[in-house]
Amino acid sequence: MSAESGRSRQWLLTLPSLAWLGVFFVIPCILVIVTVFRPADLQGGVGSGWTLETIHAVNDPSYLPIIWRTLWLSSVTTIVCVALALPMTFQMARVGPRMRQVLLLFVVIPFLSNFLIRIFAWKSLLHPEGPVTRLLHWLHLIPEDALLLNNVGTVLLVLIYTQLPFAILPLYAAAEKFDFGLLDAARDLGAGPWRSFAKVFVPGVRRGLISAALMVFVCSLGQYVIPQMVGGASDEMLGSKIAQRVFADRNLPHASALAAGLMLAVLVPMLIVAIWHRFGRKEGSA
Amino acid sequence: MKRSWLPSLITLVVVVFLFAPLVVLVMNSFNASRFGGEWDGFTWNWYEKLWAANEVWESLAVTLKIAVSASLASMILGTLAAYALHCFRSWLQDVHQMLITLPLVMPDTLMGMSLLALFVICGVETGLLTIWIAHVTFCLSFVTMVVLGRLQDFDFTLIDAARDLGATRAQAVRKVLLPLLLPGVLAGGLLAFTLSIDDYVITFFVSGPGTTTLPLRVASMMKTSRSLPVINALSTLLIGSTFLLAALSFRLQRRT
Repeated sequence: MSAESGRSRQWLLTLPSLAWLGVFFVIPCILVIVTVFRPADLQGGVGSGWTLETIHAVNDPSYLPIIWRTLWLSSVTTIVCVALALPMTFQMARVGPRMRQVLLLFVVIPFLSNFLIRIFAWKSLLHPEGPVTRLLHWLHLIPEDALLLNNVGTVLLVLIYTQLPFAILPLYAAAEKFDFGLLDAARDLGAGPWRSFAKVFVPGVRRGLISAALMVFVCSLGQYVIPQMVGGASDEMLGSKIAQRVFADRNLPHASALAAGLMLAVLVPMLIVAIWHRFGRKEGSA
Repeated sequence: MKRSWLPSLITLVVVVFLFAPLVVLVMNSFNASRFGGEWDGFTWNWYEKLWAANEVWESLAVTLKIAVSASLASMILGTLAAYALHCFRSWLQDVHQMLITLPLVMPDTLMGMSLLALFVICGVETGLLTIWIAHVTFCLSFVTMVVLGRLQDFDFTLIDAARDLGATRAQAVRKVLLPLLLPGVLAGGLLAFTLSIDDYVITFFVSGPGTTTLPLRVASMMKTSRSLPVINALSTLLIGSTFLLAALSFRLQRRT
């Protein structure tokens, strides 16, 4: 096989997906950034000419609490999900193959079930007439008029619920490859269960841990359906504002500016991880 | 060696946490009580109401049309992409790999928003076509990942053997590689199918008048409290079919 034909074969195989993603992923992202500097037109489209108007409009202190809320909700969600997923995947990787399949199915079913249905399930659980509210009343754990819905705590709970499988699946992939003999070795050398978990298992699944945390954090950042459905009026996240600018205000440039900000917030942690990986690889090979 | 009970306990708690809301939902779909706070007796009532709700079945048809065509397209594109990523090492594949990975970690809101910007600026009317394009875009990466995992286990000496025995490259691919790769491709397609059926956020951005998919319909039903128990019934059916699809996909991926 000549190098020439190998190259054209490579291009032939790569081109379909590359072109598709170029047109429907890269160009849209660039367009969002370009739209920030375009004026809005009255039909909800984008006008011609260039303007800095949107930048001034977005530079509004009322966004600060929303950005802050988005960041802390995403961070807490990430920490809780990883903290639950680590021991769970540790357990999953240790049990027999049959039990493992069952546990995996238990994680995958909620993961693949409709996102709205999962939110809806919580909505009806926490409904004033719903089972959880009644149970808590009966146990006198909450006052008669307490509302479990429409507050920031519920948003956090449902965020954790929907994002947890995103943490478990990458961590499980890493834990499955982990050599559990290392733990026995650590114990033989006198390490307690906590110490061997923290110093041997956690570093061993480091890559899975990072992709799990990144996945959960990034997916939480963009949420708008959860705050809209189970949160109160004052629990908006950045995603809610983007949706509101698109659908209620029909101001695409303004929405684009917020989206561009979110894009930066997503890309920066990913770049850090990519650089860290590359750096780590070099270090490993040296 | 003594094992700590803590990981088992946390596993149990997580499984209960993940499943309890779905179990309550399924139970409530047979509960005569409207809000499901207590058990008022068994009923098929909500399923009968669901059966009579024509708009639900119309949106199911829209959803299936999109899901089938989008998963087929993403199966083809994703398999080609996985093959290229597996066989070649070059700067082109580095870029390719990055483009495939990025949509996986892109928040849905951003993906929907940026596709909407593309369609608005190009003057494309939102509708079935735009939803299909969006679905192929986000399914493509998932299919590629699944097929790539399968390719990594594939024994490429089988191709060499076929070539030594006189098969052309095309014959070797068609008669050896594709049949062995098929379970992986189908598993990827099933994943794409489930993702497409379930997607709400991206679809919401790029849908137009007259293209109400099932999740969009569920969202609008959630706004009126009259239809809440009917959603329980619909959800039960959806969770059931998700379970079947996931079990099927597991079977496909496990068989070697």
